[in-house]
Amino acid sequence: MEIVNAVTGDIVTSSKLVWALMVPLIGAILVSMSGKKPNLRESFSVVSAVILCSMVLTMVKPVVGGTIYTYQLFKILPGITVTLRADAFSMIFALVASSLWIAAAFYSMGYMRGLNEHAQTRFNTCFAIAIFGAIGVAFSDNLFTMYLFYEVVSVCTYPLVAHHQDEEAYEGAKKYIVYLTTTAKGLLLPSMAIIYVMTGNLDFPTNINVGMFPADANAAIVTMLFIFCLFGFAKNGVMPFHHWLPGAMVAPTPVSALLHAVAVVKVGVFCTTRMMLYGFGTDLMSALNLGIPTAYFVGFTIVMASVIAMTKDNLKARLAYSTVSQLSYIILGVCLLTPHGIAGGLIHIANHAFSKITLFFCAGAIYVATHKKNISEMGGLAKTMPFTFGAFAVASLSMIGAPPVAGFVTKWELLVGTIESGSFGIILVLLASTVLNVCYFGPVAYKAFFGQRPAGEKFEGIKEAPLSMVIPLCTASLISVIIGIYPNFFMNFVKAVIG
Amino acid sequence: MDFLIMNEGFPLLSTLVFLPLAGAFILLFLPGENTQRIWTTLVTIVTAVLSFPLYSGFDSTTAKYQFGEHMSWIPSLNINYTLGIDGISLLLVLLTTFIMPLCVVGSWTYIQKRVKEFMICLLIMETAMLGVFMALDFVLFYVLWEAMLIPMYLLIGVWGGPRKIYASIKFFLYTLAGSVMLLVAIIALYLHTGTFSIPTMMGQDYSTTMQIWVFLAFFLAFAIKVPMFPFHTWLPAAHVEAPTAGSVILASILLKMGTYGFLRFCLPITPLATLSLGPYILWMSIAAILYGGFTALAQSDMKKLIAYSSVGHMGFVTLGIFFLNQQGLEGAILQMINHGVTTGALFLCVGMMYERTHSREIADHSGIAQNVPIFVSFLTVFSLSSLAFPATNSFVGEFLVLAGAFSENKIIAGAAIPGAILAAAYMMRLLQHVLFRGPGRPDLADLNIREIATLAPLLFFVFWIGLAPEPFLSVLHTSVGYLLQQVDVAQSAHMAAMMLP
Repeated sequence: MEIVNAVTGDIVTSSKLVWALMVPLIGAILVSMSGKKPNLRESFSVVSAVILCSMVLTMVKPVVGGTIYTYQLFKILPGITVTLRADAFSMIFALVASSLWIAAAFYSMGYMRGLNEHAQTRFNTCFAIAIFGAIGVAFSDNLFTMYLFYEVVSVCTYPLVAHHQDEEAYEGAKKYIVYLTTTAKGLLLPSMAIIYVMTGNLDFPTNINVGMFPADANAAIVTMLFIFCLFGFAKNGVMPFHHWLPGAMVAPTPVSALLHAVAVVKVGVFCTTRMMLYGFGTDLMSALNLGIPTAYFVGFTIVMASVIAMTKDNLKARLAYSTVSQLSYIILGVCLLTPHGIAGGLIHIANHAFSKITLFFCAGAIYVATHKKNISEMGGLAKTMPFTFGAFAVASLSMIGAPPVAGFVTKWELLVGTIESGSFGIILVLLASTVLNVCYFGPVAYKAFFGQRPAGEKFEGIKEAPLSMVIPLCTASLISVIIGIYPNFFMNFVKAVIG
Repeated sequence: MDFLIMNEGFPLLSTLVFLPLAGAFILLFLPGENTQRIWTTLVTIVTAVLSFPLYSGFDSTTAKYQFGEHMSWIPSLNINYTLGIDGISLLLVLLTTFIMPLCVVGSWTYIQKRVKEFMICLLIMETAMLGVFMALDFVLFYVLWEAMLIPMYLLIGVWGGPRKIYASIKFFLYTLAGSVMLLVAIIALYLHTGTFSIPTMMGQDYSTTMQIWVFLAFFLAFAIKVPMFPFHTWLPAAHVEAPTAGSVILASILLKMGTYGFLRFCLPITPLATLSLGPYILWMSIAAILYGGFTALAQSDMKKLIAYSSVGHMGFVTLGIFFLNQQGLEGAILQMINHGVTTGALFLCVGMMYERTHSREIADHSGIAQNVPIFVSFLTVFSLSSLAFPATNSFVGEFLVLAGAFSENKIIAGAAIPGAILAAAYMMRLLQHVLFRGPGRPDLADLNIREIATLAPLLFFVFWIGLAPEPFLSVLHTSVGYLLQQVDVAQSAHMAAMMLP
């Protein structure tokens, strides 16, 4: 181990990162080879998830203490390498992705078997590769590595979205891949080339102030690159490039849950915020006044997506638009460029992940138990599925931002950040969004708990979904409450990022 | 002869050139189809192995031509037999010797009639192609350049598909039309300098008018070969009708001759014309990139799809060349190698399926992923490589070209970006159909050991160049630097002459 003193702490070269990255990949290979033995296959998924999560957990303590792990894998060109890095910022996402993989692995076992889905081996393999990509994004030390894993996630989730292999699935998957690769190739590729020409490398610095650009960089080009990066990482769901997300909801629910509440969309916002904080840097962003206008821009997405969500009767579609709205909270927080704003944004990566995965898990559990997709058909269901809807209600509260659930911490930090930055228009956005959240989540829970069963429909025989689904969703909602009451676990990383 | 580092001792280049020819001669007397196949495989593998010392013995610190051989051929006309390679031709020579064994092994069962003649054609092709990349005398170059046409014509015309005669004649006429212009240019240069030595022709003080005309003649010959839009129409026809090995050779090596010609002749011999006409060629490259992409998107025939994608990819190569900077040129040369590896592999893949289904239509192969998982895994990786997925070979080349382009002219560079998007679109479309749509084909057998052995080396190179391209780029630096210096010197000399009263 080679130790170099740096401003923020020690930079430690450690191959632990490579092993952590390899776990999901090896898991994927083992899964793909054990297709004929479903029990063995599923246990490979779960075991890799547990190993990955524990490996990430071992890095928590040093990283909070300021250590940065790095490891260079390949040297592509002068200034372009494939290098891994685990700093406080990466740990937020790595922890979320790896811990929720465990929950999702159990859950998808119940879901896929409960519905007798086809091609489960392909499904589980691609699932593991998607986690590989997400962990790779979390651990990337430069823009090239991030782009590489970003594209890995795009490609390997395609079979997951197209899983049902009917016309609807193909249309959704086509939209998905067209949006994601067009923006990545059309905006990120030229951005990388231009940054490489400007600076001679693509490495991120180790703090959030300086950024990658030289002091004399042309302001117009930097602004253009900023816009390219905001839209290029289209997985972040910022309007107008959000439309792939509702389309991708044709996928089986575990995919929607993990990939579209956690891995894929979080890869998008993680890349966007990584690029904003470490690529452009807070100094440059405030010097060029890029922060607040972007915050207003994504504010539009927050409000608009909430309005659209209200109109959706399909539960997953409503959740999808809720995701679009909530993702922009993260970008909005970072764009405020104040300590509390950035804290609110980054902590929401974790908070939203745990709450939203609960909601998707619930939607899947309801579907497995009753084969119902629409909210209007769910009246009175809570009487037969109390755990599922209990968890749903808790997670909804988190989305709304009510204490003591995780979302409250986000809202609080964001509001403080907004006041710090003095942009009071943003407060209106946040308040409007909160009201809208109540409007579209409230009725779901209300209907389920207090609504009447539709006339002439028998609910005998309907009970809770299999335990392997109910336990993960209850756990996830429980964690939402815990990190709402004890936000310090993730807040420590955020503090280390802000410095 | 100060441009040539003579090779003392074993004449490696001549051996490489004539070994396949000698092998072809012996093949004439070999009975039995399997013996002939094994013999050809042996000859090509030995040639490939013998070419390794070129890399290990190559001195990447000098821009001079190395492993030089020089003999008088027709003294009265000052025609010599001169061979030598620099960093630019080294990689192309290695690509050629590396692809040929794969072509032979890949056509093991594909070719069932006239096996001996087929193998002879392949070996003669190899001799001619290696000679073209090594020749430093214009007459020698031209003879070998023309010599390539005949075996290729036969490959398409005898072993091709239903419209083989149409395709082979079209191929022949197009390339011959270009070659005639090349001959005119060579004679014009000879009348001016009195020599056919290519390096001696470089850096001469030709008038601007002469340079323009010579450049245009060169350009026509090489642009047809590349092929650049709008001279590309022979390519899809030839690719579709050619047997697998023919397609692979055509895509991997023959197309590179055009861009090699730009690098070897246009830039150093007619630098002023290159500078003044280069911007137009950049826009032609953009047209090729976009046209190739859009047309590939509309194909239902897999071979046509890959053929049109070649037009687009070669557009990136010419784009990199005519920006005239280090990154762009290195990217372009690397992209030539990448295209050889990736497109060659894709044609091999399509050929393997053609042997099973006797169809090249995407629709006939829809949903085969469940039946032939190994094949589909290979196809997926090579398709991703073709669309310049990061960590594969094409990404490095394309990124270098784009970096070179963005540092010179952001508008032209930006105009090439849709080409990158289109590449993703048509490859994803192909993959979507092959992987998912449709019922699948339970009657298909997955790849056998021989076929896996054909594709595996290419897969290895996809990731090697993608993740650690330094060994490939390091041999280029000096030669490319010298090439740019030649253009710069000519430009400043011209500027100085303009300033004189």
